[in-house]
Amino acid sequence: MINFLRREKQYLWLFGFLIATLASFVFGFNPGKKVFVNFTQFFIEMVTFIPFLFIIVGLFDVWFPKEQVEKHIGQESGIKGILIVIVLAMLQAGPLYGAFPVAYILYKKGASIKNIFIYLGAFSSLKIPMLGMEIGYLGIQFTLARTLVSLPLFIAVGYFMEWYLKDRDFRINKL
Amino acid sequence: MINNAFIFIVVSIVLTLLSLLLDRRKTVMGLKKGWKMFQNIAIPFLNILILVSLALYVVPPSLIVKYLGPGSGWGGQAIAAIVGSITLIPGFISYPIAAVLIKEGASYAIVATFMTTLMMVGVVTLPLEISYFGRKVAILRNVLNFITAIVIGTFVGLIL
Repeated sequence: MINFLRREKQYLWLFGFLIATLASFVFGFNPGKKVFVNFTQFFIEMVTFIPFLFIIVGLFDVWFPKEQVEKHIGQESGIKGILIVIVLAMLQAGPLYGAFPVAYILYKKGASIKNIFIYLGAFSSLKIPMLGMEIGYLGIQFTLARTLVSLPLFIAVGYFMEWYLKDRDFRINKL
Repeated sequence: MINNAFIFIVVSIVLTLLSLLLDRRKTVMGLKKGWKMFQNIAIPFLNILILVSLALYVVPPSLIVKYLGPGSGWGGQAIAAIVGSITLIPGFISYPIAAVLIKEGASYAIVATFMTTLMMVGVVTLPLEISYFGRKVAILRNVLNFITAIVIGTFVGLIL
């Protein structure tokens, strides 16, 4: 039973909300109605673009598999090395702590300190699915402005980390 | 919003057709993958929309304007940066929240700061990060990114 509840917890919320909304309309509870109006607006906003976003993301995933980019990671330096880690980061998904194991792989493969931290920066702010969500919700202008301002700063953080850690026995541990 | 949706619909149709022309099997695989990802987030996403709808009713816009609006200055940005660093909100959930904040009067600078710290700085996940990178590097990365986020927010605010 407890396991069942834990698994179905996410539906419980939705279910509770539906019942509360229904009750609000039956008994004329105004705050409940207003919340539902808010919800329908958000819901319409969501269904008008998110399914399409995932079509784009899914197609990207099969045409540009990240494994293929990963193969090219090595000791490349300069612009090419930076570009490869940024592209690799853009193809990922998930939260930042999911990037640490990949950072370890980059480290093992001989990527420079600079590129490892550029990877982390790009991972957190340039992932394609997230950019899609950002364009959908905050607009292309906001997304472009944020991306264009962020990119040079993350690259600068990468250079700083490399400069600072170069002679300090930097290593990434495998968990 | 409608314009945005229009872009997504057009781009997804064009890409699907192009992909179909190049490789039927791959296209089906891609669409299936996309659908699976959508299924994974759909319910949590609906739940968050419920929460945001509730919060929007409870929190008056005047409060958002006061603390996170253009007039709130460094204080507002500091709140955004600290909240963004501490909380662990998955990216896809943070966008509807950010959109509501802007609609209710929060400034672009503050929302950009919030989003960036959310993505770049992780106080809750710091122990995990330390076990990968060591204490010094993990803390240094987070502090640097905290500062970077405020700079990014400020610039985005200046541009928009």
